[in-house]
Amino acid sequence: MTSRRLSKLAARAGFWLLVALIVVIAVFPFYYAIKTSFTPSGDLFRVELWPTRATLANYVQIFSQRSFLQAIFNSILVATSVVFIALLLGITASYALGRVRFRGRTTVLLVILGVSMFPQVAVLSGLFEVIRALNLYNNPGGLILSYTIFTLPFTVWVLTTFMRQLPMELEEAAIMDGATPWVTITKVFLPLMWPAMATTGLLAFIAAWNEFLFALTFTLTDSQRTVPVAIALLSGGSAYELPWAPIMAASVVVTVPLVVLVIIFQRRIVSGLTAGAVKG
Amino acid sequence: MASVTLDKINKAFGSTHIIKDVDLAIGEGEFVVFVGPSGCGKSTLLRLIAGLESISDGELSIGSQVVNELPPRERGVGMVFQSYALYPHMTVYENMAFGLKLAKTAKETVHERVMTTARILQLEELLERKPKALSGGQRQRVAMGRAMAREPRILLFDEPLSNLDASLRVQMRNEIARLHKRLGSTMVYVTHDQVEAMTLADKIVVLNRGRVEQVGSPQELYQRPATKFVAGFIGSPTMNFLPARLVGADATGCRVGATGLTELTLPQDASGHSQGEELTLGIRPEHLRLTEAQDREGFEIVNVEYLGNEVYVYLEPKEGDTLLIQRGEAPTRWSVGQRVALAPDPEHVHLFGSDDRALPLKAARAVA
Repeated sequence: MTSRRLSKLAARAGFWLLVALIVVIAVFPFYYAIKTSFTPSGDLFRVELWPTRATLANYVQIFSQRSFLQAIFNSILVATSVVFIALLLGITASYALGRVRFRGRTTVLLVILGVSMFPQVAVLSGLFEVIRALNLYNNPGGLILSYTIFTLPFTVWVLTTFMRQLPMELEEAAIMDGATPWVTITKVFLPLMWPAMATTGLLAFIAAWNEFLFALTFTLTDSQRTVPVAIALLSGGSAYELPWAPIMAASVVVTVPLVVLVIIFQRRIVSGLTAGAVKG
Repeated sequence: MASVTLDKINKAFGSTHIIKDVDLAIGEGEFVVFVGPSGCGKSTLLRLIAGLESISDGELSIGSQVVNELPPRERGVGMVFQSYALYPHMTVYENMAFGLKLAKTAKETVHERVMTTARILQLEELLERKPKALSGGQRQRVAMGRAMAREPRILLFDEPLSNLDASLRVQMRNEIARLHKRLGSTMVYVTHDQVEAMTLADKIVVLNRGRVEQVGSPQELYQRPATKFVAGFIGSPTMNFLPARLVGADATGCRVGATGLTELTLPQDASGHSQGEELTLGIRPEHLRLTEAQDREGFEIVNVEYLGNEVYVYLEPKEGDTLLIQRGEAPTRWSVGQRVALAPDPEHVHLFGSDDRALPLKAARAVA
């Protein structure tokens, strides 16, 4: 009796220990980044869990740099444009792929999926030529184009899955009411697809916001850079100093909005991601 | 209000031929019900009229206009769907006004039409509600309101009551019947439920495997089914079928023999059929009378169902394995295990040839 109770207790303790471990592993780096961002440069290499002399100097420093503010603005511009374009194209494409019967529909869907399998590096040089040819080098437009290319497959897939679940009769009712496909999409389907759009939109936003490789390759001047590149290129007082503390402050500044967004939309994300899984 | 004419309508999906050479005339203000087993093409036929499916071959006219190539909105039809298909994010008012707004109707007219429709369907209290806050019957009425608000020339119903529970179904059935009397508009209604068909229709179209089996009033279909299929499909419990042989034909009718029955003299015209030919007798359960039989003769009663106002007596058949059913008044003196002889009423016996078509009555009798 007692031994059974003991082993039950041990199992429960083990479970929560494991949970704690996972939380620590997941959260600690982020916590340490936050902590570092409040630490004056001189204290950086003193190992401590709580900054003894907290300071906002790092934040003041990064916000006093015009290029960093410009980078934040660029990031917002690029990420929101990508989300907007991807959703617009994704919704219309998903209507065609989910609702219109045509020969080769499955092939198109598979090709879209296949495209998303390519690693970024594989298309980097080719895309570079395309962007040069389109005269979009060192221009947010180049980033918007390349991010959209990589975001669209996912967007189209999720929205197509969602679109297919909307009852056929709803569309037919709209047709009987005299709606054109465009009216059906905007007036009937769009209002019903918010969960899926929030999910895909947010994921597209995060992807565009955090992207580094293209942002580094396709931009040249400080005024065109996005935040990830700007952070990586933050320079310290001398060539031999890596400004860890300002880098961490900048990282926190650009991560917090994402965390807030995810928390706001988390319910929708879950319902959007599982929408294709089970009928509810 | 408009008439609808179907002329040799065909529909094929790839190699499957769903609708075969359907000819049909639906008069102005008529209530026509398409009925048939699932997969008979009745919904497809309705969708062809609506314009949701394209017609493979044949000509469809509404009024005097051929509408084969017209999109649904230009055909002037309104449709009520099985699942209602209300727009979930719009209020009842918006649902009904949607089509009118798309047709660029003036604002005052939209309001007026929606309010009139709402009054007819008693939806005035619900106009600001969303569909999810409505009961099944209310949703059904909104779906009808949405179809009616644009004042279409024809109203189409695709199994509109099949999602409702039994008592609500009876109530809505009555409402639809009253609505038709009140609006007087042409209505086409699809159902697999023969009770709905019998109670609502001015004219029933029985479909089977993409073909029209028979068109007629509920009375015609019940009393004079043209084929064995119609005879078996209309009426509940279903008609009894017994294999029979033609004994002889003369000027007033014919004589037919069946195992376990005494020879029957029937008013059907059997000329064109040879003596000894295999026929099928069709007798509705209420037209069978039971009399006591000797021990070894007659049919054995295998089950008796008491339904309160009436009793179904099930009999072991002589041939085949479908039980025969007799329907009589309650209480009954029959019990399981008894043996009975059948005495059909010759006036109400149907006779089908080997091609499943009903033998016609002798002319003199048919008039009377």
